[in-house]
Amino acid sequence: MSEVVHTDHHDEHDHGPEKGLLRWLYTTNHKDIGTLYLWFSFLMLFIGGALALVIRTELFQPGLQFIEPAFFNQMTTNHGLIMVFGAIMPAFVGLANWLIPMQVGAPDMALPRMNNLSFWILPFAFGMMISTFFMDGGGPNFGWTFYAPLSTTYGPPSTTYFIFAVHLMGASSIMGSINIIATILNMRAPGMTLMKMPLFVWTWLITAFLLIAVMPVLAGAVTMMLFDIHFGTSFFNAAGGGDPVMFQHIFWFFGHPEVYIMILPAFGIVSHILPAFARKPLFGYTSMVWAVASIAVLSFVVWAHHMFTVGMPLFGQAFFMGATMVIAIPTGVKVFNWIATMWRGSMTFETPMLFAVAFVILFTMGGFSGLMLAIVPADYQYHDTYFVVAHFHYVLVPGALFSIIAAVYFWFPKWTGKMYNESLGKLHFWLSFIGVNITFFPQHFSGLAGMPRRIPDYALQFADFNMISSVGAFIFGFSQLFFLYVLINGIRSGKAADGLSWEGAKGLEWTLPSPAPYHSFTQPPKVS
Amino acid sequence: MNTLKSISIKGMFVAFLVSVSSMLLADELNLRPGVTEISRSVYDLHNLILLICVVIGVVVYGVMFISMYFHRKSRGHEAAQFDDNHTLEIAWTVIPTLILVGMFIPSYGVLKEIYNTDNAEMTVEVRGYQWKWQYKYVDEDYNNSFSFFSNLATPRAQIKNRQVKTETYLLEVDEPLRIPANRKVKFLVTAEDVIHAWWVPDFGIKRDAVPGIINELWAIVPEPGTYRGQCTELCGKDHGFMPIVVEVLPEREFDLWYQDKVAEKIALDQSTKTQTDTEFLTVSSGG
Repeated sequence: MSEVVHTDHHDEHDHGPEKGLLRWLYTTNHKDIGTLYLWFSFLMLFIGGALALVIRTELFQPGLQFIEPAFFNQMTTNHGLIMVFGAIMPAFVGLANWLIPMQVGAPDMALPRMNNLSFWILPFAFGMMISTFFMDGGGPNFGWTFYAPLSTTYGPPSTTYFIFAVHLMGASSIMGSINIIATILNMRAPGMTLMKMPLFVWTWLITAFLLIAVMPVLAGAVTMMLFDIHFGTSFFNAAGGGDPVMFQHIFWFFGHPEVYIMILPAFGIVSHILPAFARKPLFGYTSMVWAVASIAVLSFVVWAHHMFTVGMPLFGQAFFMGATMVIAIPTGVKVFNWIATMWRGSMTFETPMLFAVAFVILFTMGGFSGLMLAIVPADYQYHDTYFVVAHFHYVLVPGALFSIIAAVYFWFPKWTGKMYNESLGKLHFWLSFIGVNITFFPQHFSGLAGMPRRIPDYALQFADFNMISSVGAFIFGFSQLFFLYVLINGIRSGKAADGLSWEGAKGLEWTLPSPAPYHSFTQPPKVS
Repeated sequence: MNTLKSISIKGMFVAFLVSVSSMLLADELNLRPGVTEISRSVYDLHNLILLICVVIGVVVYGVMFISMYFHRKSRGHEAAQFDDNHTLEIAWTVIPTLILVGMFIPSYGVLKEIYNTDNAEMTVEVRGYQWKWQYKYVDEDYNNSFSFFSNLATPRAQIKNRQVKTETYLLEVDEPLRIPANRKVKFLVTAEDVIHAWWVPDFGIKRDAVPGIINELWAIVPEPGTYRGQCTELCGKDHGFMPIVVEVLPEREFDLWYQDKVAEKIALDQSTKTQTDTEFLTVSSGG
């Protein structure tokens, strides 16, 4: 399929990485920056996870035991913000950095200096956001959706820091996306037409366009907040002629594509792992590409399904219900394609495959509850209850996060040149799988029983579900510490890995030796 | 070995079916049917979609598990090399579309019914505050409208675990909203400060209370009784502590209570009016 020419030119300078810590500050290398992104997102996963455990500790029993409601709201808000903008999104950008040049047969990303900048903005953005915890009045406490006027007129004084942190994150995302688009469109190896691109590359290309389309919308929303807070405007202030509902329309016009930004690259990852371990080509490549593209387009016309209870005309409700249900069709096509890929394969279940299969099963669960939430009259009963919490955690944790973990295990030998310990990896999988279900499955029931989300204390009939959920959260949280151990153990004492680390793996990256050379392809490979 | 495995797989499958069906049957795990016609049709709709999802789930996961069981390398299964099948692909695009249309039609019917606020027999304005509700009984000519606040009644000592929690912990108020049974009551939902949401699960109605906007809801409750709900939009520190309690009274009882309230209100108006007059006189004579 492909043919690689390895040449070792040593007549150029600047071939290997610089020595010492400054390497990481100055680096323009896609692998170094990918590594930075991935470790950064891992750190954020632990910080966001710690906040989640504070929440689950308080909710272990009814009554206020450990923290006060005002602090609880800061926990839920920052848990959401850190996980969405700090853990999931940077992890996918890190994977894109590592994998896209190798998968399209390029030496590096198209815009290496901007790549450095887009990463190094992030620690400052999150440093600024997390520093608000130590300010007077505390950090953001209005939910990760920061609905006005709770976040404007009634927000804490630190909201301005939050606004600029969001601006920085947005700038970082936009630069990362431009880089990814430029790389994919300009640096593919000869012969790699668009419809021959690996699916991870396809899903990221589409995701990058989504990011460029919606990040400015988010920037607009927070800028209007800034003006409302400091400059006396009334965009979202009803008393001054503004409209709080307009905030929600703008936010979710960003927010819904954002949801797909966090899942489309996951679709790409799973479409690599399932064929590798089924030893069988991906079923329906073309329909996979079209499904991703149509999901992306549809994501712009369904935003108001997050606000069915806000008070809309009947036609509006019906339109957004219908449009949302339509998304089930391409999403269903993807799930069916994955199962058809597994069908009559010759499967083995190494850790990446276990996580990928769990992704298909549990993401589909999230899809089912998503379909239920699309039904407006039923949504009135589910909206802003734990049913919604269960729904989006099913698509984000065993969905997006599992796909990231699967990707780390799958490409670990390519990145490090070492193999992680398979038994430890499997143990990590089972702990995570059991933990995640114990945590989030009972939340469907507490939601149906009527427990609102974002409350620090609850009525007695919700007690059992919450206790189970809290136990699961601790299992899940600590099994990610175990993941850290598995990775460090693999890096330090793993067995040397082959270039083709998995029997059934296909794609240009597997034609490179493991670990992959610092500049992936110095000579473009030929793709036939 | 293989028989053992197949028995355990069969056992798992049976356990799965049993757990799914018991989930559908067990009331405490499902949505509650509620007491109004609307809440019942929402409940039926919910069960219908849940059932469709469960059936699709059983088929999809079933195929997946069969594949994961039989098509393993350890069983010596050779990988086939097909990567498309147009008939299948058309089928799994068209069939879901039909199912979705089948789900959309009844949903739209119920939605239309929820939106029909015509012919209401009385109107209550529901106003969210940080962190309490205000109920205002709107009289036709606004002369005799009266209102009151409804605050959380659970003592702080229970919340801080110094006292045993009662059955209605966090779901009790000092003065509940009272409405008559069997009459169509319209609710005008709005807020004073930030966005709240007013939800009574047993009526099957929920609507955001947005400052500057008035949303409409309605309910006809056939059964007298006490119904409880909570604010469902994050509204700040005490979002979890502003419950909704609606007491549905038999019609006659409600009318008596209502007349009392109106009389009380008129008396109060007059007494404040007299007071103002006296004050005025005092001020003018003093000056």
